[in-house]
Amino acid sequence: MEKTVNQRAWFLVIPVLILVAFSSIIPMMTVVNYSFQDTFGGNNFFWVGLEWYRELLRSERLWDAFGRQLLFSSIILLIEVPLGILVALSMPKKGISASICLVLMSLPLLIPYNVVGTIWQVFGRADIGLLGRTLSDLGISYNYSQNAFDAWATVIAMDVWHWTSLVALLCYAGLRSIPNAYYQAAMIDQASRWSVFRFIELPKMRGVLMIAILLRFMDSFMIYTEPFVLTGGGPGNTTTFLSIDLVKMALGQFDLGPAAAFSLMYFLVILLISYVFYTVMITADKDEAQS
Amino acid sequence: MASITLENLAHSYHPNPDGDDDFALKDVNYTWEDGRAYALLGPSGCGKTTLLNIISGLLTPTHGRVLFADEDVTASSTAARNIAQVFQFPVVYDTMTVEQNLAFPLRNRRMEASYVAERVGRIAEMIGLQADLKKKARGLTSDLKQKISLGRGMVRDDVNAILFDEPLTVIDPHMKWELRTQLKSLHREFNHTMIYVTHDQTEALTFAEKVVVMHEGRVVQIGTPKELFETPAHSFVGYFIGSPGMNFVPVSVAGNKARLGDETFKLTHDYGNPNGDLKLGIRPEFISLTKGVGLPVRINRVQDVGRHKFINAALFDTEINITVDEGFEIETDMKNVILDPDKVSIFCDDWRIDAQSAGKMDGGAT
Repeated sequence: MEKTVNQRAWFLVIPVLILVAFSSIIPMMTVVNYSFQDTFGGNNFFWVGLEWYRELLRSERLWDAFGRQLLFSSIILLIEVPLGILVALSMPKKGISASICLVLMSLPLLIPYNVVGTIWQVFGRADIGLLGRTLSDLGISYNYSQNAFDAWATVIAMDVWHWTSLVALLCYAGLRSIPNAYYQAAMIDQASRWSVFRFIELPKMRGVLMIAILLRFMDSFMIYTEPFVLTGGGPGNTTTFLSIDLVKMALGQFDLGPAAAFSLMYFLVILLISYVFYTVMITADKDEAQS
Repeated sequence: MASITLENLAHSYHPNPDGDDDFALKDVNYTWEDGRAYALLGPSGCGKTTLLNIISGLLTPTHGRVLFADEDVTASSTAARNIAQVFQFPVVYDTMTVEQNLAFPLRNRRMEASYVAERVGRIAEMIGLQADLKKKARGLTSDLKQKISLGRGMVRDDVNAILFDEPLTVIDPHMKWELRTQLKSLHREFNHTMIYVTHDQTEALTFAEKVVVMHEGRVVQIGTPKELFETPAHSFVGYFIGSPGMNFVPVSVAGNKARLGDETFKLTHDYGNPNGDLKLGIRPEFISLTKGVGLPVRINRVQDVGRHKFINAALFDTEINITVDEGFEIETDMKNVILDPDKVSIFCDDWRIDAQSAGKMDGGAT
């Protein structure tokens, strides 16, 4: 087949190119630029090559933050995914109660991140907070600003409170799309409740569950506002996650070079993990379809 | 295995049913004898599936009771009833292999592995899926999936009944015939009570010993295929069974005399003086076209369908169909018909009048 040669179509792509350039490519390249140079202000730059990267990879501070970040993401995934499924399974299927449930579930998702942080900060205070006061009245020592374990527990509880709804809503949508005939067939086949979950509900929820896990992983790996408002990264460095550390470095210490290198590595790690996850998901899907 | 009795069964999908129209199923009383093959025949929306789901326990009836043998199971769960049901559209467990799918109902009942393997092997042979046993069910075509559903329905040999809800809808026509034959042979072998729901009369008549015809939530007739054909109890049965269906002509009846238009016609039975909307019913197969003898008709058109010809004609302003054999030559001066008097039925308000025999009389037009 003869193809028409018409290069003028490229002009139509220009608006998008400009938009993308200004929204991501140029800012990104600025960061790349910073990461290879040192500056003492006044627009004086010195080329340092990979020095910042080398320094950061050797720094205990970065690895500690990275470790905390991984631990945090793993814990919230381990809690939010099963809990979300459980909530979705026990939500009413239809009628006015289903609608009320959906609205209530969406509420935490609509609250601005820094407000979530503030809510929990007040909630956990031992003098006026409902949670903090109740716990201390019960004789349980609890202080999220002094005790590392309490701080972690509060940050995790906050994230679970904020985001389990998302997992639950996605799973609920997946569950509602299962035709009734599957449940009827399972009853006829005398399947147990567990079998119904294992062989009907879980396989049918697979797609949405993957999306939920991916979203929750990315979001939790980049978490900043809520723990910053709640604990400010403390006590000490115990709740200093990667993004909190990055902001400290960039804006607190004004170490632009290392901070830029940090940002890029942070970005690449998220990209890499998401890519691996996505690939595994897609191949697993294909295998299933082919076998 | 046991007989299944339905007592005053009625079901409504409305929470507060008000009046007859709200009921999908209206007052069904029937006993399904143990070990017989039944077909449940009726148009879409007549309550067939509702009835089936009540028997299997997927639905709890609004009124009435379901008994297995003498035991009231109305409130029992589907599992407790130990019943198999195959649905209209394939339901397979995606993540399982074909083999695991077939074994699922047995494993749920904690049967021994050797027994499970033997049953799965037999069923796979029957539905022709031996080669696919290790495949994941998910990638299969929908008719293979439906075969798995059928197989899962038949894999337990201790069920009280097997219910089929239009199971061959998604199957290829040639495969339909084969599977139906296999279902029949399975029935002969194991003597399960089988109830086969369909809206296809050929399927019903070839599968079952007894056909239950439903219409608007009611059972209108139960009988052998022959009874349904020759003595339909309700005008719906006459119209629904047979192709084309029964002809209905408005008539007035006094004793053994029927008045059709301005002709009088002698009946074989004495019907007394019935009141209501009276119709004379006769199947197209029992009308013969003649020259000058019988009731006058005007032929509208003739359709040749191979082994038969369908003649559409007007008998006193009512359209009727006449079926004649392929070899029958239709001549231009054939303007009369004779109705076979033994095959004439009289319907009053849609129900057939079961007249006491008043002695055989000579039929034919006068």
